[in-house]
Amino acid sequence: MQADIDIDKLIQRDRKEYAALVDSYSDKVYRLALRMTGDEQDAEDVLQETFIKVFKYIDGFKGLSSLSTWIYRIAMNEALMLLRKHRPEGYSLDEENEDEDITPRQIASWGALPEKALVSSETAHHLQVAVMRLPETLRSVFLLRDTEQFSVKETAEALGISEGAVKVRLLRARLKLREYLSVYFSEPSLEM
Amino acid sequence: MSHQHECHKYLPGLSEYIDGELSPELCAELERHMAGCERCRIVVNTTRKTIDLYQTSSDQQKTPSDVRERLFKRLNLGDFLSGANVKSKHE
Repeated sequence: MQADIDIDKLIQRDRKEYAALVDSYSDKVYRLALRMTGDEQDAEDVLQETFIKVFKYIDGFKGLSSLSTWIYRIAMNEALMLLRKHRPEGYSLDEENEDEDITPRQIASWGALPEKALVSSETAHHLQVAVMRLPETLRSVFLLRDTEQFSVKETAEALGISEGAVKVRLLRARLKLREYLSVYFSEPSLEM
Repeated sequence: MSHQHECHKYLPGLSEYIDGELSPELCAELERHMAGCERCRIVVNTTRKTIDLYQTSSDQQKTPSDVRERLFKRLNLGDFLSGANVKSKHE
């Protein structure tokens, strides 16, 4: 459900409007958090903290980006902070090695596999495993652009990076995921 | 120029090609190349399929009801939990 949210009512602390906002965005925020962290408890923490911050800082929402982009930006920051917390002290976020060769190596043609093989629960699990293998810098771009279907501009705004950086990271993320999935889908047990 | 080297030349534009955002000139050039290059056709098709799979599986993901319930309570919005009090776009 996507309600039309009245920002002025949110600023006036209208509880009904808040409930409508939460109802409209909770699935999206939870989905993003789960894909970003790979953990249900972490995703729930991100979900709660995101809406607490949305309510707390709504007065500061200037409308320079859409409300949706602003909420996703908060959610992504919460997810990244949580991932950082789980790291041993002194370790920063996984950065992409820009010198790494991304030339496609897996050239199996699995694009025509039957739907049954592509949408099973086992495949869903594998999709999550594959996305967790991406460094956070690539994962965040891929999730916003390709699963939440943000534009390049919106993705750049939500992550606070340039549109050029979004394009470069998106290409690398897509090619890496394609590579991981090609290995998985080329396994003989999936050939039908 | 070796064939492999030629494929590599098109790699940076692959994402934009898939998104329909590559310039018409480069798009035509890449399609001419793909017509004779099975390797690049497979890479483009399986990259498209990769994106489709993530989009399809994401559409199915909903917040579990217990998670939703705890969220509304944490936000002191428990009285809106039934959904009956929450406005919809049709309101």
